[in-house]
Amino acid sequence: MDIHEYQAKKILSGFGIEIPRGGIAYSPENAENKAREIGGLKWVVKAQVHSGARGKAGGIIICNSALEVAQAADKLLGKKLITKQTGPQGKIVHRVYIEEATDIKKELYLGLVFDRSSECIMVVASTEGGMSVEEISKEKPESIIRSKIEVAVGMQKFQAREIAFGLGIDSKLISRTAEVIIGCYRAFSELDATMVEINPLIISKNDHILALDCKMSFDNNALFRRNQVSELRDKAQENSNEVYASDRGLNYVSLEGNIGNIINGAGLAMASMDMIKLAGGEPANFLDVGGGATPEKMVKAFKLISQDKKVKVILVNIFAGINRCDWVAEGIIQSLQKIEINMPLVIRLAGTNVEKGNKILKESKINYIEASTLEDAANKAVKALKELRKS
Amino acid sequence: MSILIDKKTKIIIQGFTGKFGSFHAEEMIKYGTNIVGGVTPGKGGQTHLNLPVFNTVKEAVKNTGATASILFVPPAFAADSAMEAADGGIKTCVAITDGIPSHDMIRIKRYMRRYSKTEKMTLIGPNCAGVISPGKAMLGIMPGHIYKAGKVGIIGRSGTLGYEAAQQLKNLNIGISTSVGIGGDPINGSSFRDIIEKFEEDNETNAVLMIGEIGGPQEVAAGKFVKENMKKPVIAYIAGLTAPKGRVMGHAGAIVSAYGESAVEKVELLKQCGVKISKNPSVMGETVKSALNGKKN
Repeated sequence: MDIHEYQAKKILSGFGIEIPRGGIAYSPENAENKAREIGGLKWVVKAQVHSGARGKAGGIIICNSALEVAQAADKLLGKKLITKQTGPQGKIVHRVYIEEATDIKKELYLGLVFDRSSECIMVVASTEGGMSVEEISKEKPESIIRSKIEVAVGMQKFQAREIAFGLGIDSKLISRTAEVIIGCYRAFSELDATMVEINPLIISKNDHILALDCKMSFDNNALFRRNQVSELRDKAQENSNEVYASDRGLNYVSLEGNIGNIINGAGLAMASMDMIKLAGGEPANFLDVGGGATPEKMVKAFKLISQDKKVKVILVNIFAGINRCDWVAEGIIQSLQKIEINMPLVIRLAGTNVEKGNKILKESKINYIEASTLEDAANKAVKALKELRKS
Repeated sequence: MSILIDKKTKIIIQGFTGKFGSFHAEEMIKYGTNIVGGVTPGKGGQTHLNLPVFNTVKEAVKNTGATASILFVPPAFAADSAMEAADGGIKTCVAITDGIPSHDMIRIKRYMRRYSKTEKMTLIGPNCAGVISPGKAMLGIMPGHIYKAGKVGIIGRSGTLGYEAAQQLKNLNIGISTSVGIGGDPINGSSFRDIIEKFEEDNETNAVLMIGEIGGPQEVAAGKFVKENMKKPVIAYIAGLTAPKGRVMGHAGAIVSAYGESAVEKVELLKQCGVKISKNPSVMGETVKSALNGKKN
């Protein structure tokens, strides 16, 4: 789960990381008042969307008066911000963050992630703050410092000091920098985060160490024990079909193609999407209805896919294991009685009682195309799509 | 004997009396698996499915001589149960539970470091279908009847895609020595490399089919092992060709975040290690067949 910049800042400030003074606003008047409240002569108005690279997309505006702050907020609120990371559909700005401008002496990068090879928490730091970590590793790989943290004992002071020295920090600021790094580590491990990134972490002209921009992501599997974190979820930042799906226990990712698919199991779903691609089509989505493919889940899946306007053909691929193809077939028929599908439907059943399942489908009144293998199913879905285009 | 389990392996069920645990316990018993009891804290002394229930793993091991366990405990308590198994003398533990936090998985693995190599438990999963040695024992939730006994080892992350492979092999009259589901989580008990090493040493396995997916370094690490140490042919399919970067595809671990983690990159790196690639998921069985016949393509 991702959260907004201002939310991440608030969390990190609770772990001893200094942040510029700021406040959230939902309207231009609100923004203007916040600017006056914060005080000073210069402010930054920042669009709050779940994405990095906002600056280049026009989502961050520097202002020299409270009036300019109001104008900037007016410009950003309700705007669809399209960044490198949002994809062409962009994300709508519903709130802006007003922050006092800071005089920067030095910009650094600080990130924490899981390292899947060593199964440790990895701290990544660089003197090249402001660039994305991908750009840094491409252009200035020699500037990157990595440190693996053993979770059983946590981060040691010497490890944080080593990073701080490695960044070439002035000796009088070493212990403060180490405190910031350890604070981030604590936030990561105490809140079940999967990513903490401060970019840039800056040293100001008056020698304060501040988080100027930051991002945090959390382990969805751990939200059950992180109530304060799960309350920060902003569904408006997610694809509406994906929100609909996750609220109903379906694993769904919206994609760009036009062949909708309903599959049981994540691996089989990815494999079916691969087959669609190899057959010359493009999948409209990833959808795993769970190994059991119960009738309740099938109804929800058909509803979800039929809501997606991109979808022109539907492919259903269910491998029945402990559940049986005859049950799955009945579930499909029940779903189609509840949800009307006005497009070609390819169904491939496999596994336990497959003959029985196919017989039930054939004898029902539903209009569908039967497929035998994964390949056959993908080919038939692509063929159906081509025939639609012809007619 | 087959890897991990055989007909004689004594098995206990952690989370025995729950709905899910009970259902699959019956399926495993029907298959002929030697289930000797279960653990549900607070229900010790009771009988469930005609088998004894114990309060702790240690008690269960002491009374039944169990050496393996299967875990159906809910995500919030699963890490605790896995560590209890490791400490209780269990040698192989299969964790079926889906949704264990990554931080907990790291904690389990660090906890297990206290045991010497000979004492250390092998943890399979979590978020997996389990282990089956066809005709011998089933320590999982898979449909046992689709697995034909034979000489091909299977390692995969996904449940249903593994079933698909077993079915394709069966249709070609090819059997399986053991199929191991290592699960779809980013941090898991056993890696592809851990299991492939066991298959190389197993005299009942002639070839290995590895069913990987996007995300993480494990498939490529197994490829390096194949290149350096393996004499048996290895066939692989990697799912997720069409998966966009940075998105989680169902499995918590199926996310491309670094170089070498996409399907195309993994396939390329595995080819360099001498692993034979199944071009698409529809020909996993065919590709294994041609590898068994000693063909290059």
